[in-house]
Amino acid sequence: MTHSPSLAVSTPILEMRGISKSFHGVAALQDVELTIFPGEVHALMGENGAGKSTLMKILAGAYSTDSGEIRINGESVQINAPSDARQAGISLIYQELNVAPNLTVAENIFMGNESTKPGGLLDRDRMRQEATAILQNLGASFDADETVSRLSIAEQQQVEIARALKDKSRILVMDEPTAALSDRETERLFDIIRRLRDDGIALIYISHRMAEVYALADRVSVLRDGQYVGSLEHDEISSERLVQMMVGRPLQDFYEHKVHAPVDDRTSPLLEVVGITDGDKIEPTSFRLYAGEVLGLAGLVGAGRTELARLIFGADAKTGGDVYMEGRKLTISNPKDAIAAGIGYVPEDRKDLGLFLEMSSSQNITMNVLGQDASAGVMNFKTLKQVANHAIQNLGIRVATPATRAMDLSGGNQQKLLLARWLAINPKVLLLDEPTRGVDIGAKGEIYRIISTLASQGVAILMISSELPEVVGMSDRVLVMREGEITGEVGGSTGIAITQENIMAFATGAREVNAA
Amino acid sequence: MSQTRLDKPEQSRLAKRRKLGKRQSWQAMMQVAGILPILLIICILFAVLTPNFLTAGNLINVVRQASINIVLAAGMTFVILTGGIDLSVGSILGVSAVVALLVSLAPGLGAFAVPAALLAGLGLGLVNGALIAYLDLPPFIVTLGSYTGLRGIAYLLAGGTTLINPDINFAWVGNARIGPVPWLVIIALAIIVAGWFILRRTVLGTHIYAVGGNLRAARLTGIKVSFVLLFVYGISGLLSGLAGIMSASRLYSATGMLGQGYELDAIAAVILGGTSFSGGIGTIWGTLLGALIIALLNNGLTLLNVSFFWQLVVKGLVIIVAVTIDRLRTRSSRR
Repeated sequence: MTHSPSLAVSTPILEMRGISKSFHGVAALQDVELTIFPGEVHALMGENGAGKSTLMKILAGAYSTDSGEIRINGESVQINAPSDARQAGISLIYQELNVAPNLTVAENIFMGNESTKPGGLLDRDRMRQEATAILQNLGASFDADETVSRLSIAEQQQVEIARALKDKSRILVMDEPTAALSDRETERLFDIIRRLRDDGIALIYISHRMAEVYALADRVSVLRDGQYVGSLEHDEISSERLVQMMVGRPLQDFYEHKVHAPVDDRTSPLLEVVGITDGDKIEPTSFRLYAGEVLGLAGLVGAGRTELARLIFGADAKTGGDVYMEGRKLTISNPKDAIAAGIGYVPEDRKDLGLFLEMSSSQNITMNVLGQDASAGVMNFKTLKQVANHAIQNLGIRVATPATRAMDLSGGNQQKLLLARWLAINPKVLLLDEPTRGVDIGAKGEIYRIISTLASQGVAILMISSELPEVVGMSDRVLVMREGEITGEVGGSTGIAITQENIMAFATGAREVNAA
Repeated sequence: MSQTRLDKPEQSRLAKRRKLGKRQSWQAMMQVAGILPILLIICILFAVLTPNFLTAGNLINVVRQASINIVLAAGMTFVILTGGIDLSVGSILGVSAVVALLVSLAPGLGAFAVPAALLAGLGLGLVNGALIAYLDLPPFIVTLGSYTGLRGIAYLLAGGTTLINPDINFAWVGNARIGPVPWLVIIALAIIVAGWFILRRTVLGTHIYAVGGNLRAARLTGIKVSFVLLFVYGISGLLSGLAGIMSASRLYSATGMLGQGYELDAIAAVILGGTSFSGGIGTIWGTLLGALIIALLNNGLTLLNVSFFWQLVVKGLVIIVAVTIDRLRTRSSRR
């Protein structure tokens, strides 16, 4: 494999300078730069939330910048809409493919830009011919007349690449293109990518996988917390350096925590998961969760952490594996069973999956215990009022009255509502999925305190989080997932220190050790 | 003295909270009574325009005319609160009424007419509910199918003719009164009160709002969503059966076409009453007001000698205005 020599002497095809963007006053990008040369594969790396997607969406015209300049071939351009990006020769292939499954390959390639005969009728023959030529050039093994829904994911991806080529794109952005591909399909994709590079196309390749970056990238740029950290040439790339660049932020000190349960006390686990799998995204997975500990579950987006939690909770159907509570096997086929066993689950997306926005705060809190002290299904308002008031006071939920609707609360208070809902059932196990996402810094600290208090009371907590400082600061042990498997464990009895570097090493596959 | 005085930021925060509280109670009031002013305006308008309108006799008449729609709309409220729709209530009414007449005409079975009709309604509603809850079919399509199919069944059961029985044992339902108040009115209001009780006082009622408000969250909260859906379509069917008895008792007869188009009046009443079409928001009192408005319009416009054709136009406009109100309200509350 040859890497394009001496890129620095040619003119960059794309320069992004001083790009800043904030959402509702929160800076997502600050003064970010990126330089891309024609004929290179340029990897873009960074943690979840580092700003990669935002930067690429700006390039694709999906977001506008607050400030900064974009130059194509040295000329300043304005990209305010997706059509501007298309005109500038930029195509973006998202992780979620953007194809119309019921149309043919040719129709997809020409979508929104159809060839017509005089009178406005579609020129199907011409589209088919052009599409066939592009597909041949890509080495695709399917026909232009094939219906897209009959193609594999890898082939649908090729349709999108073909569409980009049809648009004469010179800059092709691919966001985690191998996430859903098998090893063989990945190799095929790499062949295509190298061929495109040799044709002088610039590829921006977003990936979390070290191996791919080694294999493909001519250069790597790293973002962290919305800022540009730096770039490495191909022969400077090493996983240690990349991990350090990705996580090298100062550790904040405001996590309450540490060793809620002493290590030697852990003879019998509270919850034991054995070989649980959904037969698809989650490989058979086993782990133990002890009373009174905070077990962090780290990994990159798409590693399968949420899916694993949902399997345990019975929100999705498992195809194999068992869950034991205090040594007894549980039969969990839906969330109701899990709740009955004393398991609570606070989902990641609180508005979509957690809250009843139009309902009152007290109703949101008591939703799991409506039947408490009820007679013949008629609610006991006195009991429910006590439960709600107790929770509001105990967790410090700031509401005008218990009747205040959930939608009128701040993110932090909404999150506390959900915690309160699960605390009302006196859970033995709490599965927390990104418990501080979209929560301001003050409320974060309060949520950490609640988590710590619960652990010290003997609740076993599994905390999914994409924020490494939070995982490091809060967890007694950390499991790391990658591609639907637990690929590492740090802390506890492993002898591996809980550090961001160690976690990232497992999460990206730079380090391969089988978990216990 | 300085201790009692709040500093500036604290004051403004309290003021903000008070304002928020005020806005919330205003919104809550709009939800319950949003349509009440419109009802009063219509009443005043008709009272001024026609001398016969504002008499006790006529007003009781209006409620009696509204009673069947009130019962249907009560069931429809349950369904729409879950984010669903039941297009089959008119057809179930037809089937149930025919069943009531058939049983009443069968020798020796006359006493079972009412239970038979109620069971027919409940059973058909549960079939709707089972298809929606367990096969995950869209409510619109399921009930569109039963709307059409059950209308056919009603005609088939009636043999294409009008079934008449002057000796039905449930004639009191449609014709008797307690004092000046017809039983039809008492039944309709009792259904509203029972509906309010279920929706606001029982666990199941809260679950109905939860399913309509956020289906996925409801599942993750361990609510048996399928049971809730089965229940609301069952209730809607049962109340359609009751409405069938009310219709048949009034007429001492039933035909296959009884109840045609009633589903639209029921939906209109629910939406007029402020229940959100997307589910999760609404009250059964609103539905009562909505049904009364429709009945008032029918009654007042007839007293004014407005032609039936124009009455249809007005009713159509009212439905569209209702949906507009719904849209504006959900927009303002979803921010």
